[in-house]
Amino acid sequence: MATPSAPAPKVNRLGLPILDYRGGKTTLCAGCGHNAISERIIDAMYEMGVQPERVMKLSGIGCSSKSPAYFLSRSHSFNSVHGRMPSVATGALLANKSMLGLGVSGDGDTASIGIGQFMHLMRRNLPLIYIIEDNGVYGLTKGQFSATADIGSRLKTGVANELPPIDTCSLAIELGATFVGRSFSGDKKQLLTMLKAAIAHKGTVMLDVISPCVTFNDHEGSTKSYKYMQEHEEAISEAGFVPSFEDIAVDYDPGTTYDVEMHDGSHLRLRKLHEDYDPTDRIHAVKSLMEAHARGEVLTGVFYVDPRKPSFTDMLNLVDQPLATLPQERTRPSRKVLDEIMAEHE
Amino acid sequence: MATINAGAPSAQGETAQVLSSSAKPIVNDFSLQVATVNGSGSQSANNVLLRSIFAMGIPVSGKNLFPSNIAGLPTWYTIRASKHGYVARKEDIDILIAMNPETAQEDIESLRPGSVAIYEEKLNLRQYRSDVICYEVPFDKITAEVCPDARLRKLVRNMVYVGVAAQLFSIDMATVEDSVRRQFSTKKKAAELNLNAVKAGYDFAANSLVKSDPYAVERLHLTDGKIIIDGNAACALGAMFAGVTVVTWYPITPSSSVVEQLIDYLKEYRVEEDGKASFAVVQAEDELAAIGMVLGAGWAGARSMTATSGPGISLMAEFAGLGYFAEIPGVIFDIQRVGPSTGLPTRTLQGDILSTAVLSHGDTRHVLLLPCSVKECFEFGIAAFDLTEQLQTPVFVLSDLDLGMNNWMSDKFDYPEKPIHRGKVLSAEDLNRLGGNWGRYRDVDGDGIPYRTLPGTDHPKAAYFTRGSGHNPDAKYTERADDYQNLMDRLAHKFETARTLVPEPQIVANGTSKVGIIAYGTSDYAVLESRDQLQKEYGVATDYLRIRAYPFAKEIHDFVASHDRVYIVEQNRDAQMLSLLKLDLPAKQTVKLRSILHYNGLPIDARSITNLFTQQEEL
Repeated sequence: MATPSAPAPKVNRLGLPILDYRGGKTTLCAGCGHNAISERIIDAMYEMGVQPERVMKLSGIGCSSKSPAYFLSRSHSFNSVHGRMPSVATGALLANKSMLGLGVSGDGDTASIGIGQFMHLMRRNLPLIYIIEDNGVYGLTKGQFSATADIGSRLKTGVANELPPIDTCSLAIELGATFVGRSFSGDKKQLLTMLKAAIAHKGTVMLDVISPCVTFNDHEGSTKSYKYMQEHEEAISEAGFVPSFEDIAVDYDPGTTYDVEMHDGSHLRLRKLHEDYDPTDRIHAVKSLMEAHARGEVLTGVFYVDPRKPSFTDMLNLVDQPLATLPQERTRPSRKVLDEIMAEHE
Repeated sequence: MATINAGAPSAQGETAQVLSSSAKPIVNDFSLQVATVNGSGSQSANNVLLRSIFAMGIPVSGKNLFPSNIAGLPTWYTIRASKHGYVARKEDIDILIAMNPETAQEDIESLRPGSVAIYEEKLNLRQYRSDVICYEVPFDKITAEVCPDARLRKLVRNMVYVGVAAQLFSIDMATVEDSVRRQFSTKKKAAELNLNAVKAGYDFAANSLVKSDPYAVERLHLTDGKIIIDGNAACALGAMFAGVTVVTWYPITPSSSVVEQLIDYLKEYRVEEDGKASFAVVQAEDELAAIGMVLGAGWAGARSMTATSGPGISLMAEFAGLGYFAEIPGVIFDIQRVGPSTGLPTRTLQGDILSTAVLSHGDTRHVLLLPCSVKECFEFGIAAFDLTEQLQTPVFVLSDLDLGMNNWMSDKFDYPEKPIHRGKVLSAEDLNRLGGNWGRYRDVDGDGIPYRTLPGTDHPKAAYFTRGSGHNPDAKYTERADDYQNLMDRLAHKFETARTLVPEPQIVANGTSKVGIIAYGTSDYAVLESRDQLQKEYGVATDYLRIRAYPFAKEIHDFVASHDRVYIVEQNRDAQMLSLLKLDLPAKQTVKLRSILHYNGLPIDARSITNLFTQQEEL
């Protein structure tokens, strides 16, 4: 007679349980949008079967930038300085282009102190998933506006923001990022799908994820609150994702859906929710964002994707092996070379 | 006609006669200055002169004093030839070639009596100085004859003075011809045109000038087997032979040519057979990004570097502190220029010593390497990459504009015999052996240097969390008082280990001198010459120690302890190295320290040191 045994833990295609993708216990506030994003990152990495040791987590400073401690404990992580994560990520990925780079930033870390490095990162199309956990305020310094706060949005104290917001998505599209979208920490399905597609992309993925700050920016009068997002979110498309390791069983209607073949052979399926949606047209994408903003909507979804543009590491034509681990024979030229150079200077 | 303008026309010939016949010939010992405007192509002519004298076996140095400008402002290039091997700047100019009408009057007025001036005859500089030997040359006329293309005359004109100088000072014409062909090795037509200009200048001098000065060049064999190279090229070569893989930079004078020359070398020698590069070079958006990329790459295991100057160093302060605190390797070449602020971007200073040693907020200490020569730029360039990975902390190589952008004579560089040292890195196999029991910031070996793993190490326990906030030996976040203090103490202990690993000082001591001199970097040449002056002119013997790195090796403490008075020679206003020594030495030793300072933006010269030394010694 068979003895009853505990059911085998559920594992992914690498044979790893989801536990192997978890991180330390969060120290962020209960209900913080950032925690939901961490959960989605765990799900996406697990479902995509990414080996955790093949991931580098990079962040700047702020609540958002602390969050890499709360997922993927088996991945190396670098919590750097305020607004400068893009440069650290650039160096790390040049050293080892075989790694999957995941950058986590906030709206202050990106759009205020870090706007310069952010822009140049987008320009280079570095193969990196760059997530902005966007709540429109500084949390650790107790609730000042950041540069993504909307005009008229109010702090708890009643002070209204008077300066226009920086739209990180428009900027990213204009500057050369090749996968740009916006999501909402409360929209599990959309965010997870976009993250999975992001993992399949080679180039800069810029995801601005509205992630309400329950302590400083979730009140009446805020444009980054849960309530405001529930009332004003407007999806431009509905994303579906078929990873490269699964059969493409589901048919789609080319008239209503864009099928984007990603770098690794996965398919991103974008079903139009707006009639004139075209995720391959940068100019149109920026126009849609500006129009939605004028209508008072928060547009979400994948705005622009170009899986073919060469990434920064491609452009540098690097050797296949990571630069970090090249042996001396390949990095120190021979004695003959030095002799030759010395002779030229005699 | 060579003339001395002594005022009365009748006296002219006589004075010249007196000077030319009575003056003892001065052979292989003079400094020659060419005054031009920048952007006029004079650099080629000056290089030809320098190389020709070098090729005749006479020790030379060339110093370019140039403006922060693209074209049209005054530039002076000084060549010093010295049979004694002195290559420091010499305060007095012996021979002036005045090619810039804008500065010509001031240039000739600054000369010492008995000096020589060569100039365009139309400038009539005789009127300003009766006591200078003047050679008037119709440069414009000669140039027009050899160069039909009017657009090229501005460039070719400079070669005429090369010919004039060659004839007057007996520089071998065959050697000059070689130098011209070398200078224009890829442009045959240009070589011919310039050679014709040199010959025309030579012929004019031979036919129309009467030699009436004492200066001459005679062949020696003191430069056999030596090279001429600039310090920035030497730093670049050091980096390449250190096996650099990630290079980031933001252009800034005087450091740009470190990376520009490095790019050329890497393209030539580090592209593999399949056409792929074993290196990445990124021109960053600013110096903050440059150092951020260096640390990101160093963290992930690459040999990474950037090159900058003072303003860039200031911008890198925050990241430098992260590198120190989170223990990340990376090499920063600082080619120092005159500050504060923008300062004088094209003048030299040892002005970043103190601020770089403690760059960033909190208690921060950095390792500094202080090369004095192009050969040390190469050697320290290599050593910096080993040290930064051995010590897991940023390492700064502090050169300066004088060393970096000028041509220096040197022995050939030696191929590095020591294999590359990658420091304490644990592999997946190491982690298996340890059963995964390791901590990123544990001091296992008692030297203050922990072990690290690289991203991508295939072991479930390999990862750790790097942060610039408080961390314990296992790299976990902490705000505990004891964790913080223990970490700071270990970092201090690691710095003590660094003392034993950095290049030791060089000492010249006779065992009896009561007075010592300490210098570092490019002050070395002027100190060597000044010590000879003190010995010859005052009978004073001095001991000499040249600092080559910070933290200070034990020998530096011993040197101060064994002398009554120690003069610290440096090129800045605030006695920065002296201040740094004071932080390190016991209180009873610090009272022995005295200062000799030079900070006018020009390279330090021996006479200035001798004067300040003898004043303070009351000699």
